[in-house]
Amino acid sequence: MQRKKKVFHIFGFILSLIFSILFIYPTVVTLADSFMSENEISAHYGRVLEKSADDGMMYSNGGRDTTYKTDKVSVRIIPDKVTLSQYVSVLFKSPEYLFKFWNSVKLVVPILVFQIMVALGASYSFSRYGGRIKEITFFLYIILMLMPYQVTLVPNFIVADWMGTLDTYWSIILPGIFSPFAVFILTKYMRRIPSSYVEAAMIDGAGEWKIFTRIYIPLSKSAIVSVAILIFIDYWNMVEQPLIMLSDVDKHPLGVFLAQINTGETGLAFAIASVYMIPCILLFLYCEEYIVEGITYSGGLKA
Amino acid sequence: MYMDSKKRKKYAERLKGITFLAPSGLGVLAFFIIPFFVIIYYSLVDNPVQKNFVGLKNFMSLLTNVAFSEASINTLVFSAIAVPMAVILSLLLAMLLDMGLPGKSHFRTIFLCPLMVPVASVVIVWQVIFDANGALNEIIKNFGGTAVDWMNSAYNQLIILSLFLWKNLGYNMVLFLAGLNNMPDDLIEVARLEGAGAWKIFWKIKIRYLSPMIFFVAILSLINSFKIFREVYLLTGGYPYGHIYYMQHFMNNQFEALNYQKLSAAAVLMSIIMVIIIGILFIVENRFGREVEE
Repeated sequence: MQRKKKVFHIFGFILSLIFSILFIYPTVVTLADSFMSENEISAHYGRVLEKSADDGMMYSNGGRDTTYKTDKVSVRIIPDKVTLSQYVSVLFKSPEYLFKFWNSVKLVVPILVFQIMVALGASYSFSRYGGRIKEITFFLYIILMLMPYQVTLVPNFIVADWMGTLDTYWSIILPGIFSPFAVFILTKYMRRIPSSYVEAAMIDGAGEWKIFTRIYIPLSKSAIVSVAILIFIDYWNMVEQPLIMLSDVDKHPLGVFLAQINTGETGLAFAIASVYMIPCILLFLYCEEYIVEGITYSGGLKA
Repeated sequence: MYMDSKKRKKYAERLKGITFLAPSGLGVLAFFIIPFFVIIYYSLVDNPVQKNFVGLKNFMSLLTNVAFSEASINTLVFSAIAVPMAVILSLLLAMLLDMGLPGKSHFRTIFLCPLMVPVASVVIVWQVIFDANGALNEIIKNFGGTAVDWMNSAYNQLIILSLFLWKNLGYNMVLFLAGLNNMPDDLIEVARLEGAGAWKIFWKIKIRYLSPMIFFVAILSLINSFKIFREVYLLTGGYPYGHIYYMQHFMNNQFEALNYQKLSAAAVLMSIIMVIIIGILFIVENRFGREVEE
């Protein structure tokens, strides 16, 4: 019996190891290759990445034949020579990538801050007061949260068209602020706050605003952090909204731009990709527990 | 007098509740609900300028549209493959972490890592591997096989699938882990004392206990699989070949053409399907939840 269990554990460990390698491999390759020189990238991956520069279409087979490229493309994890030259180029020689990064920040930060502010009030209302109408409204929020972009982008687009905000960041930020995701998670969290706290505060003469700012918000701190991280990942990753709302390519966030990078300076692609993921990785390393907590709260639709 | 003040208090309380909800509620009304009714209206008229009522004509022309049916079928086929895999693999990952292996917390960190990494940052690795001149073909050639232009072959759906799973398994896994953590230990202990084997405990207790969560994850994966566009766009740059022309591609084309009737009809149709799916989710969650609680 014990032996059987041991074999089972060894098998599980090997399986976990295999999954780990598969899961972390793309990230490690991207980070590691960002320390290669541009020539080395070109030499290793040129046959894959640079052919598209010729005709603008990616998967045509007309590769450009230059002599310095290797015939064999293989994924390299360890650079021949570790260098920061890609980063130097990104930072100083090609500032347009930094502008794109800044575009991402300009889109994500307002959505993040205001979505949480708006959601705090709504969640407070949902968790403090019951009633049939409130229940139906909350149900509506859940349906809205689960709707794919194919549905929600059409109303958003029409409103942006009416307001004349198409091709400006407002067309993405405004609907983003009222996205119901944060309301959903925060309401589920706030509903667990014991009503005895509120009663005690009321006896002490606290009004609604005080109960909201002195009890509910401080007690929901960890949920707020969790939600903020999940919103950040979601919008940092966004592709659909900018593609539809912003026809001006200069306004696109870095994520969208990365898809088109193959037609340009491929030698820098890994460094740009790394710069783009660094905020996410830092958040992950410092806030893993919050992320897990946030996801756990999203499980199950009943509050 | 007493009743009156109580009533007034209740009224005041309700008013306060509405005040806190107002910013969010008004925003949702303005940006989602009201325009959605406008979309329903648009889907029933011939165009937004002339506004002649045409009944279900827009829906009919949508359903007979070749691009729309192709996009729907491709999306459904993708979902039919992706959802079971997303559920089974993430459940497997959660079970692995639940076994009490050494280095468990490290494994969890690694399994969660793709959740945080933007897809846009790693597509380049997929490109290097699966390109016609890419790394995978080099390996195949070394073993004497012939190279395949993966992205332009019937296999491209599997490549998209690998990217989808890589990105989404972590989230599902956390949900399953939460379910496993909530499982009462004594339940398993009793079963063990009664002589149930590991296999029986797994099927009869764990899976049964997790069934509401499994269902929730399945629906979540289904909804996520409808969103499969980002990965395709990032990987192929928006001109996909064959089976990876999905729903969102169709919608994007309509946005470009500013074809309001088609956009509206497609959005309405999609929302009806979504409401049905969500309704089923609620019913099942209620029923299963009750059963497990007993």
